[in-house]
Amino acid sequence: MKEVTINATLQDIRQAADFIESELTSLNCSEKIRHQIAVAVDELLANVINYAYEKDGGKCRVSFSYDDAAGDAVIRFTDRGVPFNPLMVEQPDVTLSASERQIGGLGIFLVRKLMDDIAYRYEDGCNIITIRKKIRNN
Amino acid sequence: MTITKKQEGTALTIALEGRLDTMTAPDLEKELKESLDGVTELTFDFADLEYISSAGLRVLLTAQKAMTQQGSMKVVHVSEMVMEIFEVTGFSDILTIE
Repeated sequence: MKEVTINATLQDIRQAADFIESELTSLNCSEKIRHQIAVAVDELLANVINYAYEKDGGKCRVSFSYDDAAGDAVIRFTDRGVPFNPLMVEQPDVTLSASERQIGGLGIFLVRKLMDDIAYRYEDGCNIITIRKKIRNN
Repeated sequence: MTITKKQEGTALTIALEGRLDTMTAPDLEKELKESLDGVTELTFDFADLEYISSAGLRVLLTAQKAMTQQGSMKVVHVSEMVMEIFEVTGFSDILTIE
């Protein structure tokens, strides 16, 4: 398992995104799946930055591992912010027209759609979100 | 992300290259705020857009709402990856995609 710890600020998202991208590239992950995972990473880090900490200064640890048996990329996000379970967020109505649409609420929805699995737990003062995505068919 | 603008009369084309995500969406939002005055035809060219996250979708929705008031908006050259995002979020029904 490899990991990177970033400040929970907008400027540091790229560092985590580049880390995940380089891990996926070294596993010969297809461009399509790499981009799907990049979107999920962007959504989850945006959540941490926007909601976890009241002020800047919090951290987010992003770890990457490859589950060889399943062919899955496993990415874990850990922060010490306020307890927040993104899976409890109400899902947006994606059938509404432009004028009826609310701005927002789509991030976690996209993660659910693009990833094979998303799990949340709160442990030892940490929010821990784990996503899985099959990147190879074994 | 690189934003390239081309204006012909009241028609404005905005081409995006790279990633429209949490980091770059504010740049596009700012650009649109400064550029939409008097525009009646807005075209987004996504030929070189790698992917879009919900932060980008929010900006597109804001643009769509503005252009519904003052003219029309369309999105062209949408890649398979970006189209998948549009489809699962229902944006394929909201936006005019050519």
